[in-house]
Amino acid sequence: MTNSIADIHLADVLMITGSNTTEAHPVISLEMKKAVRQHGAKLILVDPREIELAEFATLHLRPRSGTDVALYNAMAHAILENAWANDEFIKTRTENFDAFKEAIKDCTPQWAEDITGIPSEMIVEAAHMYGQARSASIFWAMGITQSSHGVDNVQSLANLALLTGNFGRPGTGLNPLRGQNNVQGACDMGGLPNVITGYQAVTDEAVRTKFENAWGMSVKIPAKPGITVTELMQGVLDGRVKALYIMGENPMLSDPNTNHVAEALNEIEFLVSQDIFLNETGQMAHVVLPGVSFAEKEGTYTNTERRVQLVRPALPTHADAKLDLDIICDLGRRLTNSNGKTSDAVIHPVSDWNYKDASAVWDEIASLTPIVAGMSYQRLNPNGLQWPCPTADHPGTPILHKEKFTRGLGKFTPLVFREPAENPDEEYPFVLNTGRLLQHWHGGTLTRRSEGLDWVVPEGEIQINDEDAQEMNVSSGDLIRVTSRRGVVTGKAKLTSKLPRRMIFMTFHFVEVPANKLTGAAVDPIAKIPEYKVSAVKVERV
Amino acid sequence: MIKEDKVVTTTCPYCGVGCMLNLHIKENVVYKVTSPFDAPANKGNLCVKGRFGYDFIHAKDRLTQPLMRKNNELVPATWDEAMNHVAERLLEIRDKYGPDSIGFLVSAKCTNEENYLLQKIARGVIGTNNVDHCARL
Repeated sequence: MTNSIADIHLADVLMITGSNTTEAHPVISLEMKKAVRQHGAKLILVDPREIELAEFATLHLRPRSGTDVALYNAMAHAILENAWANDEFIKTRTENFDAFKEAIKDCTPQWAEDITGIPSEMIVEAAHMYGQARSASIFWAMGITQSSHGVDNVQSLANLALLTGNFGRPGTGLNPLRGQNNVQGACDMGGLPNVITGYQAVTDEAVRTKFENAWGMSVKIPAKPGITVTELMQGVLDGRVKALYIMGENPMLSDPNTNHVAEALNEIEFLVSQDIFLNETGQMAHVVLPGVSFAEKEGTYTNTERRVQLVRPALPTHADAKLDLDIICDLGRRLTNSNGKTSDAVIHPVSDWNYKDASAVWDEIASLTPIVAGMSYQRLNPNGLQWPCPTADHPGTPILHKEKFTRGLGKFTPLVFREPAENPDEEYPFVLNTGRLLQHWHGGTLTRRSEGLDWVVPEGEIQINDEDAQEMNVSSGDLIRVTSRRGVVTGKAKLTSKLPRRMIFMTFHFVEVPANKLTGAAVDPIAKIPEYKVSAVKVERV
Repeated sequence: MIKEDKVVTTTCPYCGVGCMLNLHIKENVVYKVTSPFDAPANKGNLCVKGRFGYDFIHAKDRLTQPLMRKNNELVPATWDEAMNHVAERLLEIRDKYGPDSIGFLVSAKCTNEENYLLQKIARGVIGTNNVDHCARL
């Protein structure tokens, strides 16, 4: 998020797109509802489904799946056409405006209506509302990003914020709602193939040298970025990848095209799973290492508003499991120990894997990472700090891009609308959309073991539009079979009027009804994110 | 009246909102979960997962010891055995096929410190940038 949870209620207009916030980020949705109910903010909701937030929306746009860029280009067109843009902001704080203007000159609301199915008057009304607000903020989640043109989708939203100057003030900005508790932190900590901590690029020689010296290594960090999780699985099948070390993840359930992942993990030469449960991935591993739950460990998580917060141990370590930090340090020592049993001579044991505690690891991170350089456990107690926080006396940064953008000027991106990788056709006439439920989490590992939550929602259902179901003579509870080009899943139908015609909605919480057997391997060319929100399927009564 | 042994303030393990929790502990069990009103992200609010979704901590099927595959079956092993095997195999594979034949998946559920150290092993010890996690999923 460029902004903070605490300033959501200060927006005059909220545009929420591709986020079922009340189910996936419930506590943030409370702030959104507060903005509408207590402060009179207007809410533009963009979602094909009639989700709970529709009750709070001033405008609810229901686009055909995967047509986001057409919609936002047309809103930009209407903002320019009607002189609702912030000319001063465009002039002083942005670049590439002329190329952008040229690129969208034919993107009229009528053009977008033909593509998205949203009436052109509603597109103009949304542009008016967003363009004329004193402060307008945009929120999104996987509905925007999990697309074969996810980067374009995000940039089309950034273009709208640049056009109207909605940056750097409370109640404005671009606010992606991050999924997992520490997905922000995993990215911040170098858990990506192209960057080390704090988004320092591996392609930058100065960065590599800094880390090589600090870590006291003799191996060189490669200058070439590594490959992503989807590419790693393909790499196993191609024979390029021989070993995977997986900590706290279950790609067997969360990755697209499960059959493909199973094939890869079956074939792999060496697989390690470090987890608290023997999940579907662990069952295929050669070694399983038991780590501990959040309640047993010390450390930090970074939330969606970039706030680094302390995690404190409340329980002793479970049975003979070990703290994950200790497991990794133990591995580090064994890998670098010159007395080890391997014949390897390349690695020299210079790096120190004897940390006093988690806070000592944090201090090493801070010393190498400018965006969190000013943070220590002492300062993070009790309320955490938002990065960037470059020095020990810096108060942290609740709002980004105040006087200038990180890159200097904000850059407009000219975008051309592209269709999703797989649209419905005669053979597969339905769109499969996937997402989450309030009561369950991700692959269900945690929530299905929690009695109360599992009692409320004990099984995965396949949601289907009630009129479509009636045409097929299907009632709620009947078994239906959903087939895509990649797999078949059978489950109980749940009829709903909240879905548009010809859309099926499934979650990936339930291993018995695994949506990702059906989803495709199409990914965004830059972000490599899979297209989970649009797959073509057919539906039959069993 | 039942009273907790201690209350520990920490951060919720579910979504990216980062709600602050008070775990009420009695006899090493999470008895109930509340949230302080002055919590920066959630002001004392919690969702149904954040308040009630903790039975997994005490689940009977938690892993209690390392497992190793022998004769195509996962069987209990000592930490020393398991860790030595992991280190040996990773080094063997690295030497035979090169560093980029190994990939590391860090975790959006683990701490910053754990993620940092695992990518340090990948980049600094094995010598590969093949580090990723489920950020996209």
